[in-house]
Amino acid sequence: MTEIHPAVKRLEERFQTSILEVKAFRGEINITVLKKDIYEICQFLYTDPELQYHMLTDLCGIDHFPQTPRFGVAYLLYSFRLNHRLRLKIRVGEGEPILSVESIWKAANWLEREAYDLFGITFENHPDLRRILLWEGYEGHPLRKDFPVEGPDSDKPFIPEV
Amino acid sequence: MAETRLMTINMGPQHPATHGVLRLVLELDGEIIVKAVPHIGHLHRGVEKLAESKTYHQVIPLTDRLDYTNAMGNNLAYVLAVEKLLGIDVPKRAQYLRVMMAELQRIAAHLIWLGTHVLDIGATTPIFYTFREREEVLRIFEEVAGGRLTPTYLRIGGVSKDLPDGITEKIRTFVQTFPGHVREYETLLTQNVIWLKRTKEIGIFSKEDAINWGVTGPTLRGSGVKWDVRKAFPYSSYEEFDFDIPVGTIGDVYDRYTVRLREMEWSNAIVKQALERLPRGPILADDPRIVLPNKEMVLTDIASLIRQFKIASEGFTAPEGEVYESVEAAKGELGFYIISDGSNHPFRLRIRPPSFLNLGALPRMIEGSLIADVISTIGSIDIVLGEIDR
Repeated sequence: MTEIHPAVKRLEERFQTSILEVKAFRGEINITVLKKDIYEICQFLYTDPELQYHMLTDLCGIDHFPQTPRFGVAYLLYSFRLNHRLRLKIRVGEGEPILSVESIWKAANWLEREAYDLFGITFENHPDLRRILLWEGYEGHPLRKDFPVEGPDSDKPFIPEV
Repeated sequence: MAETRLMTINMGPQHPATHGVLRLVLELDGEIIVKAVPHIGHLHRGVEKLAESKTYHQVIPLTDRLDYTNAMGNNLAYVLAVEKLLGIDVPKRAQYLRVMMAELQRIAAHLIWLGTHVLDIGATTPIFYTFREREEVLRIFEEVAGGRLTPTYLRIGGVSKDLPDGITEKIRTFVQTFPGHVREYETLLTQNVIWLKRTKEIGIFSKEDAINWGVTGPTLRGSGVKWDVRKAFPYSSYEEFDFDIPVGTIGDVYDRYTVRLREMEWSNAIVKQALERLPRGPILADDPRIVLPNKEMVLTDIASLIRQFKIASEGFTAPEGEVYESVEAAKGELGFYIISDGSNHPFRLRIRPPSFLNLGALPRMIEGSLIADVISTIGSIDIVLGEIDR
């Protein structure tokens, strides 16, 4: 893509120092930003009258093990006004918290819980950060790259305490 | 004065009206719901993890088992994402066949929804009607793909086989009779007083809330948002078909019901158009790196045999990058986000399940309403736990 999308332009004007990389692949825009500014950038994209990214389509974790910082989080935003999708990405190290965007999009509530459950990424200011797909008391985070695909205890039968 | 206190009750995970293994913890003040907390994950199979150790072709059968009422649509979302990653074009005939199957599947999925939803509320008759037509769709799938519930019909680059002889007649008969059947369902429900009392102004969900909670599909359109992935980001030649997007007004259970009924009629119209205008030509992309060779060639030609062996065992490598592609599945926007590191299997395969986000909004819809309305509201957002838990 040769021309720059207006959303990217506006974002670059406003958050010059926060944007690390803008990449286009197969017509999709990926913007990597600084972890500490993610909440502010999301807030801006949501409220800006020209952009109005009112829907958080998806939010997911990524494990880049053994790179550092280890994890990534991808936010896929959608604007009804522009009929446009935008992907924001941040990198985050193990044990570092990220600011939750739940107060902007309620959709983030369960999506962030899922990232927490499967990757162990923690979100600050999340109202109810619990495991979602796995049960309370489960050890480990299955979508991490160092988690074996057959499970850590596949040789032992699972007997829950009653 | 008697003392009053809140009562907590557990609904599910073994409850016939939760459409699978969903557990809801409800805090009640008399019959009014004060707080609802859904618990999911009972059906978690780790599909996303599993996909990371499979080749791209091997992931297709896993997708059938996400929303098991909408297997064709799931296949479609996945293969479109892989094709976008690879940058290959699919022949027109295959695109039309995909549209035809995806729309037939949408009809079948909506028929399950209609039958079970009204059964939950207490009308036992309609399910016998809806399953009669669903059976016809499944018979078509059986002839076309060889499977009924999990046909795994689509392939990366096209579809697995062309239409068998005589099937177009069967599809045509189905398309001609189906609108009459929809009228039959409507005579049972649309003006039925009991049905209206159980659905009108129940589980209301506003436009703003629907967008903020990330709800998609008929649940979003029921709230009056005219948005559909097929129109917003047309895929697989949907821009060549003539169809409308039905919307509701206030976002209650009844609106979601009418939206799905109209949607079935439009799906039927799309199948009809696809059948009439079905182009001739190949059904698979001409890319020997990716597409499995014809079976007859495999048995007679050594080069094809080698190619078959190589693709089936080792797969193919995809360029480094990341793509997101989504389709309008029966429940809403089903997306696949693939990150490739240049190897023969996905580095990360993220599934964006529509039911997951739709269910996330359930507490918002039912808090403050009567416990009896929980059943009709769950039915109206049409969840399938297979794709929520993955």
